[in-house]
Amino acid sequence: MSAAVDVVPAIGREGAATRGARWIAYLVVAIGALFMLAPFWFMFVFATHSRSEIFNLPPPIWFGDDLVRNFKLLTERIPFWHNLGWSIYVAAMATALTLLFCSMAGYAFALMEFRFKKPLFGLVMATMLLPSFMNMIPTFMIMDALGWIDQQRALYVPGAASAFGIFLMRQFAATAVPRELIESARMDGCGEFSIYWRIVLPLMKPALGTLALITFITSWNNFINPLIVMRSLPNYTLPLALRSLQSTMNTEWGALMCGSAIATIPLIVLFAITSRQLIAGLTAGAVK
Amino acid sequence: MRLPNFLRLSPKWAPYVFISPFLILFAVFGVFPLCFSLYLAFQSWEPTGGLKAMEYVGLDNFRFALRDAWFWKALRNTLWLAIASGVPQHLVALPLAAFIHTSFKRLRDGVIAVYFLPYITSTVAIAIMFNALFSQDYGLINAALAQLFGMSHVDWLHDVARIKPAIAFIVFWRYVGFNTVLYLAAMQTIPGELYEAATLDGAGRWRQFFHITLPGIKPMIFFGVTLSVIGGLQLFEEPFILTGGKGGPQQSAMTSAVYLFREAFDFNDFGGASAMSWLLFVVVALLTWITNLAFRTRKGLA
Repeated sequence: MSAAVDVVPAIGREGAATRGARWIAYLVVAIGALFMLAPFWFMFVFATHSRSEIFNLPPPIWFGDDLVRNFKLLTERIPFWHNLGWSIYVAAMATALTLLFCSMAGYAFALMEFRFKKPLFGLVMATMLLPSFMNMIPTFMIMDALGWIDQQRALYVPGAASAFGIFLMRQFAATAVPRELIESARMDGCGEFSIYWRIVLPLMKPALGTLALITFITSWNNFINPLIVMRSLPNYTLPLALRSLQSTMNTEWGALMCGSAIATIPLIVLFAITSRQLIAGLTAGAVK
Repeated sequence: MRLPNFLRLSPKWAPYVFISPFLILFAVFGVFPLCFSLYLAFQSWEPTGGLKAMEYVGLDNFRFALRDAWFWKALRNTLWLAIASGVPQHLVALPLAAFIHTSFKRLRDGVIAVYFLPYITSTVAIAIMFNALFSQDYGLINAALAQLFGMSHVDWLHDVARIKPAIAFIVFWRYVGFNTVLYLAAMQTIPGELYEAATLDGAGRWRQFFHITLPGIKPMIFFGVTLSVIGGLQLFEEPFILTGGKGGPQQSAMTSAVYLFREAFDFNDFGGASAMSWLLFVVVALLTWITNLAFRTRKGLA
């Protein structure tokens, strides 16, 4: 997706009618944007109010002064720092492994010849369309067989074989890495690993960045896999820990909102910096 | 640094070495478990009994699933939710993308980012957020409805008739921006001269939208609708979290994926759950194929 191609229809000499239409467009898009942002606003506002204030009538629409109290409550109810730490650790490991394995395989699929290359790539791509519920039971069984239940590696190892990652890496390597460059490096006596490490990887930086973002965010938000394999609260990642708070009676809504806000803020910051790259990456499969 | 010759990787073997880490993971965590679940669909098994407790039962699991009232109810719920959240997504995303495409230039990236934000936010945070907003007596949504339309307070998340619309609304909110971005990306590939020529011919905005924009982004509409069909039929997290993992009052918000989860992890019937997952897989494949067909015939007529 190249946002650079601006092909806005001729709006040079617009009449009053078209100008009116434009203002209607602005209005509709702006109201829609408020509608998208409002739930986030209330999440942040509620994070600073006590449980009883949240359920006042009318509910608060501006920040209160219970943020610290809510956070203390949160850390009393769940081992918050553990959960946050595991979330960061799992997301970091998932990102590192995915980048390494997918870039290696994507490079091979794009620029090398080997047996069964085409059917293999087809098979990997086919799994991208597989509904996620197909994996629920098999995932549990294989983790059980390996003895990985309640262990963090069950969360980051399987995902490193990401079909989407392979797709992204292959597409990018095919266009960004010139075949001749590799051939001449080979002629000069450069080993296969140094070709990959010194020539291919640096050329793939933009795609690696996109894949890193997507992998990190996916892992950070992941709910189904931890739900299936994790068993003890101190080992939970943040989303799972937050949900366990909700299922108890007398939910402490202020603390829960505070936790949700903390889980959301890193995403919003990351997204604010990289939204363009991220959106282009996430819709890459569609546009190519 | 040069390695001794026997340690150097020959170009002939290099591709196999490069794909092997990926391939091993793919085989162990992707292909093998999937094949095993097909095998399991013909077995009766509870994980507590150990692998030896497995027993071949032929098609019994499939027969059980097809006679199971909850299986059909979950499937109906899933289809209902897929349609109620999916159709509005596209009906709103299309004109919205057209508005952004024609009227926003400098602010475009910012506007897109705002609409896209829910898509990258954690489902758990979203579910918790909406749980509070939808709450019965003091929830903001009820307060707003009471103010605006004088509606009496509705118990959205515990009422058999209301919980599905509430979940459909959340799913709509979450994915409408994603579809808008898809359509916007497609609209940017339509050559501007087409619009200029149409303007010269005196075609207004509406006619341009219907005769240039819509046909131009048709492949993307197909792609977007297909994604919504596949995504809608595997809906799990939103109903699971909002109903505390149980499926809501009288299973009224229990989607197929939620039932599958319960069948395996609440009722310990792994064979039955595997059979159901393959039945559902057939449903998803069938509906994807029908979508494909619908778009192709219309293309043939045009």
